[in-house]
Amino acid sequence: MEEKLALMIEAARKSNERALAKLISHVEDRKPGWKDIMKAIYAETGRTCVIGVTGSPGAGKSSLVGEFAKQLGDMGYTIGIIAVDPSSPFSGGAVLGDRIRMRDISTYKNIFIRSMATRGMLGGLCQAARDVVRIMDFAGRDIVIIETVGVGQDEIEVVSASDYVVLVTYPGGGDSVQAIKAGVMEIADIFVVNKCDRGGADVIVSEISAMLDLSTETTEEIPPVIKVSAFTKEGIDKLMEILSEFIQKKNEGSHYQKEHIRQEVMSILETEMVTLIKEKISSNGNMEKELKLILSGKSDPYSVADELIKRFAVIKNPKQKRKGDFQ
Amino acid sequence: MGQDSKIRVLIAKPGLDGHERGAHVVAYGLRDEGFEVIYTGLRQTPEQIVSAAVQEDVDVIGLSILSGAHLSLTKKVMEGLKAKGANDVLVTVGGIIPEEDKKTLEEMGVAGVFTSGSKIKDIAALIRTKLGKNA
Ligand code: B12
Ligand SMILES: Nc1nc2c(ncn2[C@@H]2O[C@H](COP(=O)(O)OP(=O)(O)OP(=O)(O)O)[C@@H](O)[C@H]2O)c(=O)[nH]1
Ligand SMILES: [Mg+2]
Repeated sequence: MEEKLALMIEAARKSNERALAKLISHVEDRKPGWKDIMKAIYAETGRTCVIGVTGSPGAGKSSLVGEFAKQLGDMGYTIGIIAVDPSSPFSGGAVLGDRIRMRDISTYKNIFIRSMATRGMLGGLCQAARDVVRIMDFAGRDIVIIETVGVGQDEIEVVSASDYVVLVTYPGGGDSVQAIKAGVMEIADIFVVNKCDRGGADVIVSEISAMLDLSTETTEEIPPVIKVSAFTKEGIDKLMEILSEFIQKKNEGSHYQKEHIRQEVMSILETEMVTLIKEKISSNGNMEKELKLILSGKSDPYSVADELIKRFAVIKNPKQKRKGDFQ
Repeated sequence: MGQDSKIRVLIAKPGLDGHERGAHVVAYGLRDEGFEVIYTGLRQTPEQIVSAAVQEDVDVIGLSILSGAHLSLTKKVMEGLKAKGANDVLVTVGGIIPEEDKKTLEEMGVAGVFTSGSKIKDIAALIRTKLGKNA
């Protein structure tokens, strides 16, 4: 590995903030050598407890994450926060605004906040977020909190890869219960109805509870549903109690589960294979020849896809593989 | 391979300045230029700005100041960056800045000063040129 990277890793191990931030960028940008970084730190990860926070836009996720982080920090934990916001599909840029609601904690010594854009990564967001969690884990963060908007498969996947998932909703969110029904329900370990200072929270609590009663098997544990206010702090004590109980339990058990590792290897492979094939195709005439065949009626998209897979996805002679081909 | 680098910018409003429009215009404008913009909201202390810039590993800090306190606030941010070894971060300042203060800011190490009526295209161009990055 390049010496610069090795030094960065060494400094991040000692919790140097700037080195930690630079490592994250290097891996998030998938710069050359990113996988070497991940390989080098992997053995020293798997200790952190990952809490996913999701829910409809504006539900108060950032406000609550700020509150959790502050309280967990006061208990003596070191915290990493990853706040994911969508990239614009038009420009590829993004405005990442979650820090606005975490301002009060932004200079706490034991809290490190990182904003991350989805970057339209094909199934890659989840892996990239996992990588960032791991780097924070390596740099000694006891707890990593990931905030993401609960829309879009990719973003839901990110939180579902967490150890504990908090689903935030609020009264007046209109379709918030609908959104829950539409798919994020299964992944939640706790339902939090925020903004109870505004009234109407009890109705949402009973709606969600009723829904859970209907859909949960009798053998399963029904996840708690609680109402809170990030403003008045009502209900926050109860939420913190549940969270810290979970964190303690996780700290006793810990480490990677076989099934999770299987999923992760598959997900890395999927992204890598697609990238690899795309590269091969673009450096081999960008399918022009094949497209002509299809246009002139001599072939069809299915046959071309089959043929390209045969040609590019199978490494016939591994010895001839250029060094770095899979990097 | 698979490189996916973006220019990351922190837009911050230091001090007790409630004029938020310019900061919004610049934040959304730079997003449309393809930058990743971290917006931290109003009333940031220089310390908070420096800390956010380090954690977010931004290429650029953009300070939006219409309060008249641009000289002292910018100075504090520059000093904070230096103290954290992050003085390679490009700093730009925008807002209501009298002509005669531009030079003082530049002497502090500010890469560009943009006053009212500035075009997003020009801001983006300066950032790209200074960073030598196109993303
Ligand atoms: C709208 C306005 C307000 C609104 C603000 C609404 C809001 N939420 O933003 C209100 C009415 C609340 C307000 C209040 C006050 N205001 Co006022 N306000 C203005 C006004 C008329 C326009 C500002 C504006 O929004 N412009 C539009 C935006 C898009 O332009 P911009 O901010 O300049 O941004 C551009 C550039 O500067 C640059 N830019 C800005 N930020 C950044 C950042 C980066 C990184 C970059 C690269 C570029 C960049 O790019 C932008 C696009 O071109 C200006 C006068 C003026 N013509 O500028 C006075 C002005 C700024 N206000 C002024 C004053 C004094 C006040 C008050 C103190 C008045 C009072 N006594 O109560 C209060 C203070 C409020 C507070 N808490 O800070 C003075 C400031 C004097 C000074 N600095 O020396 C001004 C200049 C008026 C004057 N001539 O006296 N104000
Ligand atoms: N009344 C009330 N408003 C709240 C509460 N919590 C958050 N808000 C407000 O709700 C809005 C959104 O809060 P955020 O914390 O940014 O919500 P978010 O879910 O992180 O939003 P996105 O990240 O944009 O999806 C802000 O205007 C907050 O001030 C609460 O408990 N009560
Ligand atoms: Mg948020």
